[in-house]
Amino acid sequence: MTGLIRILQLFARSSSAQGKRAVLTIAAIAWGTLALLLMLAFGEGMKISLYRGSQGMGSNLAIMWPGETSLIFEGLPSGRPVRPRIEDIELLKKRVEGHAGISGEMHNGGVVLETDYGTRTARVIGATHDYGEIRNHIPQIGGRFLNETDQRLRRRTIFLGNELAVDLFGEEDPVGRQVMLNKTPYTVVGVIIYKVMMGNYGGMESDHAVIPITTYKAQFGRDRLSHVVVKAADPARIDELVSQVHRVLGSKYMFDPEDPAVFSTWDTVEGTQTTTNMMLGIQLFLGVIGALTLLVGGVGVANIMYAVVKERTREIGVKMALGARPSWITGPIVLEGLAYTLVGGLLGVLMAVGLIALLDMIPTKGNDVLELMGKPTLSIWIGIGSAAVLGIIGLLSGYFPARRAAAIDPAETLRYE
Amino acid sequence: MNLKRMFKQNGNGTAGANGAVIHMNDITKIYDTGKIKVEALRGIDLAVKQGEFVAIVGPSGSGKSTLMNLIGCLDTPTGGDYRLRGEQVSGLGRDQLADIRNRRIGFVFQNFNLLPQISAFENVEMPLLFGGVSRKRRRARVTELMEKVNLADRMHHKPTELSGGQMQRVAIARALAMDPDIILADEPTGNLDTSSGTDILSLFEDLWRQGTTMLIITHDPAMAKRAQRTVEIRDGLVN
Repeated sequence: MTGLIRILQLFARSSSAQGKRAVLTIAAIAWGTLALLLMLAFGEGMKISLYRGSQGMGSNLAIMWPGETSLIFEGLPSGRPVRPRIEDIELLKKRVEGHAGISGEMHNGGVVLETDYGTRTARVIGATHDYGEIRNHIPQIGGRFLNETDQRLRRRTIFLGNELAVDLFGEEDPVGRQVMLNKTPYTVVGVIIYKVMMGNYGGMESDHAVIPITTYKAQFGRDRLSHVVVKAADPARIDELVSQVHRVLGSKYMFDPEDPAVFSTWDTVEGTQTTTNMMLGIQLFLGVIGALTLLVGGVGVANIMYAVVKERTREIGVKMALGARPSWITGPIVLEGLAYTLVGGLLGVLMAVGLIALLDMIPTKGNDVLELMGKPTLSIWIGIGSAAVLGIIGLLSGYFPARRAAAIDPAETLRYE
Repeated sequence: MNLKRMFKQNGNGTAGANGAVIHMNDITKIYDTGKIKVEALRGIDLAVKQGEFVAIVGPSGSGKSTLMNLIGCLDTPTGGDYRLRGEQVSGLGRDQLADIRNRRIGFVFQNFNLLPQISAFENVEMPLLFGGVSRKRRRARVTELMEKVNLADRMHHKPTELSGGQMQRVAIARALAMDPDIILADEPTGNLDTSSGTDILSLFEDLWRQGTTMLIITHDPAMAKRAQRTVEIRDGLVN
């Protein structure tokens, strides 16, 4: 403890006559820190935007398209089509364990939608009322998604994609207004919010409309689901959920639950995992580049400190002769290296925070590239990581010169001019 | 002399074997550069008693500088037995050697070795700082010492603003700061003109009369003559 006090006392007294070199080195450290922070912040922003995009469709989903059997099962031939019905949604909800929602969809891609303002041919989806929650069909303020009553009473209610809404109503609020769907009037109950989407199926959500599945059946006379959407409570158990759907429907429609061809399944959990891993890789890569830039600054600090040690060789020898312990010589040098690094680091942090605040003011909405890039964002982990990298570089850049200082032989330095 | 009581439990009275401050027995020092071995000291026996004024003389290359480094604990002997006021020095660690240099030895160098960027006051204060003396006591002690070497009025000058003789007096004040067992001076007048050299010699004599043990390495016959005893080193041996 007294040793530490002694080191601090000596550090306070150590003069640094390295003016210009110190300024340049501090600038180098600041630059390195800025590079590191911006790299990581861009990575973080991209991660957030990718994650948000991948979640836009809804999280922990498996989307299952029915197809044909490929295995002979209990005397039945292969090549039989399997087409679940609306009623199977209820069956699955009852029999499958560990789900956080199961919905079914029916699609019709060529429906004429008509208002006084304009006419559009669009995709109309019939879906159960919990589809809104499962598939993130969040309504804009003032509207709602289809509800249980709509479904039970087979109401002619319709939920519009945001771009479709503009095509049909212009700037006016569509909620409560009428849309003619294949010449049948429907009431608009809500419009989907603007979403950044990294993936979809069956077309853009902003461009389709959803009606109750029961109404769809009545309108189009169809009962077979285009696909089943399963949401897992625990993303780790998504595979098991899919197998359960195979078993439940397999016993009803007589196919081998192990038959891989009956359903083509899109497992978004797997996709999310891949995205997470990829982003981790990208961030690591960006972090390493940033850290290397910072390391160059660290080499600068070490260089200064080597010069300081060389310049003060005699001073160090004298201090040793007067009874300074080796650590009292090395301590202040390490602290000085650390001080340069921290001052530079602090400057870098300030610049990074300022720049990121500026970048944040650039509007990204509507620009696909910028939207994908996301906003550079600083996180607590970036802070901790950068501080650790700075600290380590600072310590190392002081440590090696200090070791040289400690190796100075006072007997040698004191004798000669 | 109150500082002595403050820093040393085994104060003046407990000088080691034979009452010697320095007791060296068969000290050897071999510099081994890998290719060649240089035998700088080949078995030195030396005893310096409390209150003695000893001059070490010898031609250059005789090993007297090596001897001074060993006595000053700046270096450790290859072989032999060295006790400083009864305490075994061989085999101590770097920190312990630093403490010994701080408390028991006052160095005076030919080229003064003052730190140029700090004032005379701060130069004298340096060993007290290493010794962990409080700020108040440091101030009192430095003032006392600067008066002793007649430089009270130059206390806050930088070494570059002082003459050679004045610089050496600051160095002597610094050597005395921790009230060491012995003052070790290496050619203290070597870089001074005659009159400054004489001043320094008189100061050494004053200090000696006040009870300081002095060990001076010198070429200067005038200086050697003033010492109580002269030890001549030749080819790494006491002649």
